[in-house]
Order: sequence, then structure tokens, then C-alpha cells
Amino acid sequence: MADPALNPARSIAYSPRRVAAMVLRYWYLLRSSWARLIELIYWPAVQMLMWGFLQLYIGQNASFFARASGIFIGAVLLWDILFRGQLGFSVSFLEEMYARNLGNLMMSPLRSTEFISALMIMSIVRLAIGMVPVSLLAIAFFGFNLYGLGLALAAFFANLILTSWAVGIFVSGLVLRNGLGAETFAWSIMFLFLPLTCVYYPVAILPEYLQYVAWVLPPTFVFEGMRALLIDHVFRADLMLQAFALNAVLMTAAAVAYLKLVDSAREQGSLLQTGE
Amino acid sequence: MARTQAIAVDQLVKVYKNVTAVDGISFALEAGSITGLLGGNGAGKTTTIATIMGLVIPTSGEVHVLGVDMARNRHRVLHRMNFESPYVEMPMRLTIRQNLTVFGMLYGVEDIAERIAAIAEELELTELLDRPTGKLSAGQKTRVSLAKSLINRPEVLLLDEPTASLDPDTADWVRGRLERYRAQRGTTVLLASHNMTEVERLCERVIIMKKGKIEDDDTPQHLLARYGRRTLEEVFLDVVRGRSEARQAAQ
Repeated sequence: MADPALNPARSIAYSPRRVAAMVLRYWYLLRSSWARLIELIYWPAVQMLMWGFLQLYIGQNASFFARASGIFIGAVLLWDILFRGQLGFSVSFLEEMYARNLGNLMMSPLRSTEFISALMIMSIVRLAIGMVPVSLLAIAFFGFNLYGLGLALAAFFANLILTSWAVGIFVSGLVLRNGLGAETFAWSIMFLFLPLTCVYYPVAILPEYLQYVAWVLPPTFVFEGMRALLIDHVFRADLMLQAFALNAVLMTAAAVAYLKLVDSAREQGSLLQTGE
Repeated sequence: MARTQAIAVDQLVKVYKNVTAVDGISFALEAGSITGLLGGNGAGKTTTIATIMGLVIPTSGEVHVLGVDMARNRHRVLHRMNFESPYVEMPMRLTIRQNLTVFGMLYGVEDIAERIAAIAEELELTELLDRPTGKLSAGQKTRVSLAKSLINRPEVLLLDEPTASLDPDTADWVRGRLERYRAQRGTTVLLASHNMTEVERLCERVIIMKKGKIEDDDTPQHLLARYGRRTLEEVFLDVVRGRSEARQAAQ
């Protein structure tokens, strides 16, 4: 007979409590390691300072960049939302592989949707720990106020974080299916987006055939939108809506791929061997 | 009164590419029973246990736990099961209390603080609760793993070599706790082990696997009588090596 202290309905349906359990697990981990916390701030700060000083230098020598102040710093901060958002998701997942704890989780009542929800929350937590101090540094050093973008920032952030989650979900499925041998994807896959989504230059710079590729990637719309806002002072809602539509497709594809990869892992027995 | 079946494995086959890990095995475990699953390396024990947990999808055949098909609906019953293995670790940087809190929440335990206090007292972990799991000795880590496996008061408990790498004293202590827990709760236990003394002491039934098939399945007493041996280890060697080969080795 089932134990009365257990709630069977809670065990079967989507459970916010199990999501909270996983968030708590990652929070305990972050709290236990100052090195992990420092690492969250270190690279975004270095990147922002480097691009900020470069922008200052170019701005002094080119009238276009002098007019479009903040374009590089804005780009690097938005890029970090995309990149660090995905890393925040994937690193939390990889922590389970490193800790050899995945077996405990896979054999617990935790469902894939709950696990993914917890990883999404942790990607925002990790992003906030890194990006909030760095965005304040950008104000202090270069007078660039990311929050001055207002509602546009909310649209940019939502689109970028959705893309980062979609990539994170897909990569987690790959690692589940193929073990830590696929870990490299978690660290490197987003760099493919760097040239193609036109973070630092307009889409028109790309060769025509690559422009077709760029326009199927949601972040391209965000970076084009950012340039429209900073250079022409126009908020392109049309670009944001197209990005949301593409993100919906991307998230659905990533979720389907993840579930298929988990099923494949159960078929191949690879959940038993989560090493290399 | 006849006991109901807690675990039912029916014509289970698992093939990985060209390798048949489990080859058409069937057995049923009655609720409240404790059964040893024996076999040499590569006999199919781990695949069998993983299939019972729903971690592996069978090539053919079915596995039911507490009446639920584990290949399709394992989430209906996972909160009533648990498992322990020295090959799966608890997060090292978290304290014992933090780990047990997380797993208590995952398993839907309502009274987590009280449950942790009770289980820590039972497994003599109270003084260690706020120590990081990674800083514990092997024996202490096994006790933490055991605490995790009992946090939800499981009706079905799968143990994969629970006393591997423990010194004899600690291993004996763990066996004693397992015996006591099962007697109190009537939990169904499936124990995979290479330790024959452990199996002889704890199990009322022994299933011996070889090359993915069940070679024998009986009580320890019947196996000893049938093979004309004094210990289960000798029986095990007879089965995995083939009787004649073992006899030659003995001579």
C-alpha cells in the first residue's frame, strides 16, 4: 500500500515542487562554491570592457560610430544573454553528469518537463548573477544604460533567452544520448550563431546565400532590432514578432528532439553509462 | 493468504545492436519478499534492474512493477520505488541534509524535516547531517545513499551491490539495517550482489543469471541441497563455470 505521507496525484502530474527541488539543488551548489559565482561575472565583464574600449576608440575616429554610441556594448551584452543563457542551462545539466547523479534523477519521479523547467529557471538565475553587475559596470565605465532600452529590452531578452533554451534543450538531449563525449557541443555550439546572427554587423554584410541562413535564426532579428533602435531610434516590433514565431518553431523542435533522444537513450541503454 | 506480485518480468529480451544482454527471462516477486539476483559480469543483472526501473526499454517482453508497465507508464509508480547503488553518487558539494531535502521533495515526501531526522537517527547520520557528502568516508557515503533510497518509504527497493567496497563490519551493519527495515515495512527487495554471504543471509530466494538467461531460481536451502554444496558461493561457481569445470577446478 502506498505510504500516506506521499501524495500520488502530485507524483504523476507536473509538479512545481519537483521543479523547486531541482532549483534548490542547483542553488545549494552555487552557494557552496565562490569560484562558480566569480566565473559567472568574470567573462561577461572582460568582454564588455574589451568591446567598450574598442567602441570608444573607433568612435573617436569615425563619425558613424560616434553617432551610434553603445552599438558594440549593446551587442556584446545581448550576445551574452544568448550565450550565457544557453551555458547557464547546459552547465546545470552537466553538473549532474560530473556528479554522477543523473542515475538518481532518472530513476526518481522527476519528469523531463520538470527537469527542463528547473534548468530554464537556473539559466535565468545564473544569467542575472553575471549580467546585472556587468550591465551596471557598462553604465559606470561607458555611460551605456542597457535598461534605458526599456520595453525593447524585454522583447530582446525574451527572444534571446528562448533561443538559448532551445539550444540548451537540444544539447542536453545529445549529452544524455551520447554521454560526456558530446559535452563539447554544450560549450561551442552557440559560437556558430556568432557570425550567422550578425551580432556586430548588419545582415546586409553577409553574402546573399548566408543571409537566407541568418534570417531563419531568431537572434538575427534581435540584433537587427537593436541596431535599428540605437542608430535610427526606431523599435521594430515586426522583427520581434518574427523572432517570436521562429522561436516557437525552434522550441518545439528542440523539445521533440530531446524526447526522441531520451527515448533513444532508453533504447540503447546509454542512461546507464553517462560517462565518456 | 497468497501475496500479490510486486514485480513481474515476462519474457524479457533486451538486445543492444548485436549483443543480447537479456534473453527471454521471466520471474515474479511477491510483495514483501527479498530476492537475490546473482550472476557474473555481463550476465544481464544491471540491464534487468534498469529495465525494472524503466531506464531501459525492452526489445520484447514486459516488466510490471506494482501493476504498472514500466516501459510506458513508469511515472505512475516511481514515487513508490527507490534504488541504491554505489555506482551512482549523491552530489558531493551538498550536505547530507541538503541532498536528502532535494530527494525528499522529488519523491513527494510531505514531512521532510521529520523524515530526515528519523532516518538520520536510524542510520546514525544525525551528527553528520550538515557535513558535505564529498567529505564522508565510503561507509558513511553508503549510509547516505541508503538514507536517500529509504526517504520515501519505498514499497519496492532495488539494491545494486549495496555493500560493495565496504569493510566487513560496516557491510554487516548495513545488512542489519536492511533486514530491520524490510521486517518493519514489508518492502519488496531485489538485491543484485556478488557477495554470497550477504545473499545467503538476507534473501529468501535466489535467481542466478548467466549470459542473459536465468540458470536457476530457488531458495538458498534448496539450491545448496540440489547442488550438494555447503555455501552459495560454491553453487554460484558451479553455475557460472559449468558444473563439470568447477568440479575439475576443485579437484
